[in-house]
Amino acid sequence: MQTALANDVDGIVGECGGAMMCATCHCYVDEAWTDRTGPRHEREDDMLEGAASEVTAASRLSCQIRLTPDLDGLVVHLPDEQF
Amino acid sequence: MTTVVIVGAGQGGLQAAISLRQNGHEGPVVLLGDEPGLPYQRPPLSKAYMFDGNEDALALRPESFLAAKQIDYRPGLRALQIDRAARQVGTESGALPYDHLILATGARNMHPPLPGVERAMDLRTLADARRLRDRCASPRRFAVIGGGFIALEFAAVARKLGHEVTLAEAGPRLMGRAVSAEMSRDFAEMHRALGVNLRLADPVAAVTETGMVLTSGHVVEADDVLLAAGVRPNVELAEAAGLTAANGIWVDGQLLTEDPAISALGDCAAFPDARSGRRVRLESVQAATDHARHIAARLTGGNPPDYDAVPWFWSDQADWKLQIAGLAMPEDRAEQPAPHVVFRFDDQDRLTAVETINGARIHMKARKMMAAGPIDAAQAAELLA
Repeated sequence: MQTALANDVDGIVGECGGAMMCATCHCYVDEAWTDRTGPRHEREDDMLEGAASEVTAASRLSCQIRLTPDLDGLVVHLPDEQF
Repeated sequence: MTTVVIVGAGQGGLQAAISLRQNGHEGPVVLLGDEPGLPYQRPPLSKAYMFDGNEDALALRPESFLAAKQIDYRPGLRALQIDRAARQVGTESGALPYDHLILATGARNMHPPLPGVERAMDLRTLADARRLRDRCASPRRFAVIGGGFIALEFAAVARKLGHEVTLAEAGPRLMGRAVSAEMSRDFAEMHRALGVNLRLADPVAAVTETGMVLTSGHVVEADDVLLAAGVRPNVELAEAAGLTAANGIWVDGQLLTEDPAISALGDCAAFPDARSGRRVRLESVQAATDHARHIAARLTGGNPPDYDAVPWFWSDQADWKLQIAGLAMPEDRAEQPAPHVVFRFDDQDRLTAVETINGARIHMKARKMMAAGPIDAAQAAELLA
């Protein structure tokens, strides 16, 4: 989420600054990467209840994905809207 | 091309600048901040920052972003006056002309007229947080004035870090302006279990060299005193320019002041609440950023309907996340349908707010439901399903 904001990715809002409070940094992790990004947290699941766009098995709050060297090249898809 | 000047570079002011660019505004955007450094998030100052001291994580956007978006950011520059006739904002480095002016001046800590109050520390700005965090480096006895969100968030952090904390609230319960009595009670129990020494309904009479003295006569020995007794909106600039202000700069449903060339947003703005019809002022990230987006949409020809975003709020205290969806008036009835869940209803039995502790699913459902229209008690019950 922070990386997206710093690099002007308009489709990520991240209103709450990563406090898991707003569900405006929703993204879909590309199928090829879901093993490496891991599963959703329980509270993340709850927050996605309020996501503006469709929630799928690939849905994550991007503030909960910590970027590591292992994720270099990560592909995520963005929803149509975050509000 | 029109020039937009934004006074105040907090989260709302910056969001206004970003949203103007996202909506295609091509004219100059000048963003004035009276603090040094990049625009930053305030919520973590009383939470994560106290633990990790990570200032880089606070910046809302990097400098490269502001440059790429052609946001003319002027840190450390204070607006001195508004000349409405000439459409200029006066600053120490000259006058800035505007076609539209957005006031995002925020709020400042309230300093009650108590003897010795100048000895107390504040927790509002990054500079305040740095100072307070430095004090946390060695075991301390903290006295906290106030029982609102900032006071309680800091108290929970300080206990976690092993400090002694005594907190004095003038009113009979914690967070009294913002939550139901049921929530106040639950949080009081939690803080007592953390080891916070709570003194309710016992206003501070004086801050002394060795702590503070309460109205009851109770003496609190402390190394440091934190003043967290609420804020005052920064309305002086607007007032001096002849704009109406009373607990906030008055704006209409379009977040416009009575001067069609001046808008106001966030902590400093008193706006009509779409649901209750009352004029309210909110101190929250949500209000600041939703106001900013609304104003930007209007200025870029979006012709938005009157502002009606559902308010939401959060506070992290120890491992409890308090979440509030909606906005309850103090007299709104409270019902507790489940532990750590409180529904508020107005006198027409419409749901006005949902307060939860660690209940994100209910919170998010409530936000969605309230945005769709009025909710009655039967519909509210569905939130628990």
